[in-house]
Order: sequence, then structure tokens, then C-alpha cells
Amino acid sequence: MDKLLLGRYIPGHSWIHQLDPRTKLMASFYYIGIVFLANNWQTYLMMFVATLFMIWLSGIRIGFFLRGVRPLIWLILFTVALQVLFVRGGMVYWHWGWLWITKLGLINGAFIFVRFVLIIFMSTLLTLTTQPLSLADAVESLLKPLRVIRVPVTELALVLQIALRFVPTLMDQTTKIMNAQRARGVDFGEGNIFQQMKAVVPLLIPLFVSSFTTADELATAMEARGYQGGDDRTKYRILRYHQRDWIAAAGMAVLTGLLLLLRAY
Amino acid sequence: MGNVIRVQHLNYTYPEAKHQALTDVSFDVAKGEWLAIIGHNGSGKSTLAKNLNGLLAPESGTVEVAGMTLSEETVWDIRAKVGIVFQNPDNQFVGATVADDVAFGLENRGVPRDEMVKRVDESLERVGMTAFADREPARLSGGQKQRVAIAGIIAQRPEIIILDESTSMLDPAGRQEVLGVIRELKDELNLTVLSITHDIDEAAVAHRIILLNDGKINEIGTPSDIFAHGTDLLRLGLDVPYSEKLKDALIQRGVAMPKAYLDNERLVDYLWTLHSTM
Repeated sequence: MDKLLLGRYIPGHSWIHQLDPRTKLMASFYYIGIVFLANNWQTYLMMFVATLFMIWLSGIRIGFFLRGVRPLIWLILFTVALQVLFVRGGMVYWHWGWLWITKLGLINGAFIFVRFVLIIFMSTLLTLTTQPLSLADAVESLLKPLRVIRVPVTELALVLQIALRFVPTLMDQTTKIMNAQRARGVDFGEGNIFQQMKAVVPLLIPLFVSSFTTADELATAMEARGYQGGDDRTKYRILRYHQRDWIAAAGMAVLTGLLLLLRAY
Repeated sequence: MGNVIRVQHLNYTYPEAKHQALTDVSFDVAKGEWLAIIGHNGSGKSTLAKNLNGLLAPESGTVEVAGMTLSEETVWDIRAKVGIVFQNPDNQFVGATVADDVAFGLENRGVPRDEMVKRVDESLERVGMTAFADREPARLSGGQKQRVAIAGIIAQRPEIIILDESTSMLDPAGRQEVLGVIRELKDELNLTVLSITHDIDEAAVAHRIILLNDGKINEIGTPSDIFAHGTDLLRLGLDVPYSEKLKDALIQRGVAMPKAYLDNERLVDYLWTLHSTM
């Protein structure tokens, strides 16, 4: 469960790891956007090679990325099947009633498949190489302009940061309470769905109560250390763009140029 | 300049409470002194600590800290002078990593970043946690977390450090670790230490002890004065270890227990093998 909630960050010092999280966040969204520009085999091949190159740069084994595809495989296959069966054009290989398998359908299906895989690979690359905390920093920094319209960005970022910080602590507490309740004879994960739901109650109530205690004590500790909110706070953690961030941006620009050149109109 | 804390006729009642939590409490603390405050649960020890840095506002009476009288105008300046290490190591760890947590108080005060980095490094060095700067709290022991809390406080250059039962949730090793750090820092930085405690060893290293009972100061004296009360101490608030209390209770119920002192772990081991037939 720990892994699931905290993302799947894999520590490393690769070129990709060292990029500024803002660059990674923006580049990922940008990349997912331009994947939709690809519309022939040349452009898809190019995007595929570019993605593999970035994966290679990250130094993370391809297996981790394939595992990212697995949970979505049925959605992908369903979408591909729709394309194959309903898009008509070119040579007809098979047809039955209103279902057709045509050359165009097959090609479209293959493109959709590749598009899905590329998007998943790219978002996996973002989460594998960036700590959740850095992503929170990136979001804060990128949302800063919203302060003009009085969105409390700094406070929201602190909330997000503290939430991330307390995930393992709450996990610990959950395990402790579960063990304590097991020692008193509660069976977790046994019986039918109603019995299982009932078993969760003696877990949730103490957890709920202790979260409030935690929140209260944390607030006191924060106040004792001079926390007053507002924008007068300085920041220990700062984000700085380096040369490699400009290189990454340039890489994205070149990729876009090539895409526009090679795509079919 | 003598006294760094001067409390005069302090009264405090919690909202909606019938009884006063503190009644006419007056005492002075000299600069560089180590003062222990003892008393049983509910005697007002933590309430007193919170009144010293304005986490609670005195109902009547005055609190002077480092030459400032506690009021709404001075409260933030006073908090910069008084650091509190609380009881639960987890519930006072704000930052996502050790370095972030130490920086938290400095961020709050708008300390410029260059200065902040310098002070974070220096404070971590002083508590011996430099190697852990990038660690997340989940991967630290209780004693280490309390050391980080101490680093966060000394980074703010305080004059007074209050230990509000800071070692009560730690194992004996963690307790020694934290007290050792405090002892060193106190001399190096000329700090005044107020330790609120149930632990006899922690109270014994103090210069003076204040004994609180039911919100009133029962006695102020040197450790030898106070410890001369012997077994009365239990009644007055120094804690017998939990394992010993449990052992006594079990003996009263007719369970055979060994005479020797058992710490928590050994007591658990003893208890679960007691009826085991294997």
C-alpha cells in the first residue's frame, strides 16, 4: 500500500532524475499533447524512438514501464477493438453484419495502441523519476501566478506537503491498530463482504480519533515554531532551472518541428 | 542580568473548565539554569509550559521572558526565544525531510535562504544528524526525531529550551541520546533548560526542581531536597516505570513475578512465556 500511495519513485541520479521537476511536469504534459499530432507511421516511429531514448536516459529498466501498461490493458484493447471493427476503408479482410475489418481499421487500431503506450510510458517516466514532494513543489511553483486572484497557493502547498509527510505515519498507526485489534480477536479480510466491512469499523474509529490528536498537536508545534501563515515566509527548498532544463525544452521543440514536418496533411 | 524567566502570580483556567489549571504560580529562572518541573498528570506542568511562550494566554499575572513581558505584541518575539520539544516525536515533525523540518521555523520567520542553509547545516551538525539531512521522518527512530526537533529549535537561536515530556515516548537508549544532546548544547550555547518530566534521572540532573501539585507550586528546591521525600515522590509525581507498576499490580492479583527489575521488553517476554506450555 505504501508503494501505491507514494508513487513509484525510483531513486537515481540520471540526466532525467536531475531535471527540474517543473520541467519534467511541463514536458510530460506537452509531450502527451504532441503525441496527438502524430498520424502516420513515420511520426509514430519517431515518437516511439524518442520515448525509448528518454527511457534509456533515465536508466530505469523497461520492465517498470511495461508494468505501468498492465492495469490499463483492457481499456486499451477495447479501444483498439472499436477502431478495428468500426473504421472502414481500404482493403476489406472480413465482414459480418455491420462489423468490418479493413486495412484502414487495422492501421488505426495499431496507431491508437501505440499512442496509448507512449502516453503511459511518458507519465510513468515522470512518476518514476520524480519524488512526490518535488512534484508538489513544482505544482506550487507553477501555480504561483494564481496568487494574483487570491488563491492561497502557499498554504495549499503546505497542506499537500504535510499530507505527503504524514502518509507513512498514518500507515504505521493503521498497522499498530490492526495488530491491537487482531490481538482482541478481530478478523480482517475474512467472511463475506458485510463481515469484512464491519471488521473495518474498529480500525477506522481509533484511526480517526488519533488523526485528530495528531492534527491538534501538529498545529500546536507549528505555532510554537512561529508559523503564522501568509506570504512573508521564506522557502528553504528552491527550484532552479539549469542548463539541462533548457536542453530538454530544446529537445521538445525539435521533436515538435520534426512532427510537423513528417506528419501527413 | 540574572533572571531569564520571571513568572508572577500566574493563573490560568482552560475555557469551559471548572477548576483552575494554574493557581498563583510565581518563580524565577536564572540564565543558564536547568530547572525541572515535576508533578503527576494533570498537575498543570504542560499548561505552565504553554503559558511561557504564549500558546496559552495567562488569565492573570505576568510572564516575563528574556526581558519581554508576554503580550499580544511580544508573543512572536518570545516564541523565537523559547523553543519547546513536545512529547510525541511524530506529531511535531512538519517537514518532509530532516533538513526541511529544521528549516521550518526559519521559514516562518522569513530568514533569507543563504542564512537558512547555513543555520540548518550548523544545527544538524550540533545534534549529530548531518548524515540524515535528506531522510524522511518515517525512517528515523524516536530519539533521532527528537534530535531533529532540537535542531529545529536551536536553528532559531533561542535562549530557553523547554522539554515537555520530550523523552517519555522514547526507549531508554533514545532518552539518553536526547538528554546527552541537550546537556552538550546547554553548555555550548549557554541555554536555559526547563524540563517537564516524570523521569527520575532527568529530574536529577537539574539544578532546581519545581514540584507542581494541582496547579500550585508545592515546593521549589534542589534535587537532594526534593528526593529526600523518598517514597512520597511517587505520590507527588515522579513516575515509577510502567513495567514496575504493572508488575506490582500483577503481584497483587497473585501472579508470580520475578523480583528483579524488568524493562518493558523483558516484561513482555516474561508475560507471554508465562502460560506457554511449549
